[in-house]
Amino acid sequence: MDDKVRPALEIDAVSKSFGAVKAVRNVSFSVPRGEFFGLLGPNGAGKTTLINSVAGLCRVDHGSIKVMGYDVSGDYQSARRALGVVPQELVFDPFFSVRETLTFQSGYFGIKKNDAWIDEILFGLNLTDKANANMRSLSGGMKRRVLVAQALVHRPPVIILDEPTAGVDVDLRKNLWSFIQKLNDEGHTIVLTTHYLEEAESLCSRIGMLKNGELVMIESTDRLLQRDKECVIRFRVKQPAKANSSPLEALLPDTVFLESGEYLARVPSPSEIEGILRLVRELEYEIDTLETENEDLEDVFLSIMRASPERSE
Amino acid sequence: MSGFSTLFLKEVLRFWKVAVQTVGAPVLTALLYLLIFSHALKNRISVYPDLEIDYLTFLVPGLAMMSLLQNSFANTSSSLAQSKMMGNIVFILLTPLSHHALFAAYISAACLRGLLVASGVIIASMFFVSVPISNIFYILFFGTCGGVILSSLGLIAGIWADKFDQVAAFQNFVILPMTFLSGVFYSVDSLPPLWQMISHANPFFYLIDGFRAGFFGRSDVPIEISICVVSLVSLFLSLGCLSLIRSGYKLRG
Repeated sequence: MDDKVRPALEIDAVSKSFGAVKAVRNVSFSVPRGEFFGLLGPNGAGKTTLINSVAGLCRVDHGSIKVMGYDVSGDYQSARRALGVVPQELVFDPFFSVRETLTFQSGYFGIKKNDAWIDEILFGLNLTDKANANMRSLSGGMKRRVLVAQALVHRPPVIILDEPTAGVDVDLRKNLWSFIQKLNDEGHTIVLTTHYLEEAESLCSRIGMLKNGELVMIESTDRLLQRDKECVIRFRVKQPAKANSSPLEALLPDTVFLESGEYLARVPSPSEIEGILRLVRELEYEIDTLETENEDLEDVFLSIMRASPERSE
Repeated sequence: MSGFSTLFLKEVLRFWKVAVQTVGAPVLTALLYLLIFSHALKNRISVYPDLEIDYLTFLVPGLAMMSLLQNSFANTSSSLAQSKMMGNIVFILLTPLSHHALFAAYISAACLRGLLVASGVIIASMFFVSVPISNIFYILFFGTCGGVILSSLGLIAGIWADKFDQVAAFQNFVILPMTFLSGVFYSVDSLPPLWQMISHANPFFYLIDGFRAGFFGRSDVPIEISICVVSLVSLFLSLGCLSLIRSGYKLRG
């Protein structure tokens, strides 16, 4: 394949075990260049193991991983130059200031005189006034921003963020996402893992879901949201002209009566809403208020996770 | 700046920022040893009587080498163990640094600390005693090899240890006894034959004996033997360290 059209990330039949625990099972997928890709899954699904395998922090038992066409094992130096990773853990070196930390990180990649880019990153992440502060003196949110800055010092074309907004405030999240979105707009490939599914829904163009180390779903976010497009309708009725012997929820399928005096009905698709309404009218009830709710990524995520088989080991 | 020089500089700054603790304190400790041991033993131990070297003068190179060995070990073991336990080792592991660059940077910085401490001990001792220099090549050779051997052992201990306790155990139960029983405070020639034999099995003995030869022009074993032994031990431990780093043992899961 031409190097210029190779995917940013190629994961081919990767498996990784820790003793008897199979953390990743035969996972294969690729991420095209310039994509904002989300990797979701419950705790222990294998997301961090997979990311660590891509980053070379752990070695896979089977399969191969390539970053921008470079094998992470065979050509690890080129692969690591192409990759920036924001680790999940809040780690730092207590001996140094923010600027020293970023200057050293640049140096490890053989980059001299990186001050202009470091300043730009610090500005983009609202860290300019903390440039000379010791890492120990920073708050958790600021340390998290420095982790992001460290992953960017060598301008990697592929950036992996492993739960970068875990435990950080709303301001930082907004600031961080606008900065990352800007990098994605400039052509950087972003791979994100997060437990905030609304973040994945709004940022990622494609999503992969892991469970028990297996890739159970990979789909564009739009298609995922269209999939099993179950619709919820919430309505209130006026008393019928003729009193019915049975309550409405007993006469309509998948309908529950709420304490607020409203009814909640689930229909498999929006086109079937009319069927419910017709049935209500035939029972001589008059609809007073009506709302529809679409499923969000969280609902889709939960339904996929519930549908996937559990594994014991 | 290359990856090697960056990591080397970072490791040097790591100990230099706390130089009072990492350089000043070991020099002071060595001077206290010098004061106490020379006071307690100067009339009981006879060393190189034909050279008319007093015990205080004899002690200086041994104490300098002992400080060099202990501080070279401490630098790599504490740096690596701390980075592993705090998790910031990922900033090194995520980079394209080669195994050789990583090894060379850690070892060079640790050797530098060891040599700085040893120089400090010798310079400070000169206020109390005149220390002759017979062969500067031997001093530099054995000093550097001592740094390489102990910093390699420190690197191995740092990679192997999961807890600081384990580093301390390695230091207290392996490094310290081997250092103290290597002829720092006495000439091995003065020991009974069995203890001489045991001392000769200790590679640290050849480091101290060769280092001391650089000052007094006199050694317990022929200097060529010491050069061969420390060269081989340095090479063996360096290769062992490199293969450990390359394998990713306890560094990459």
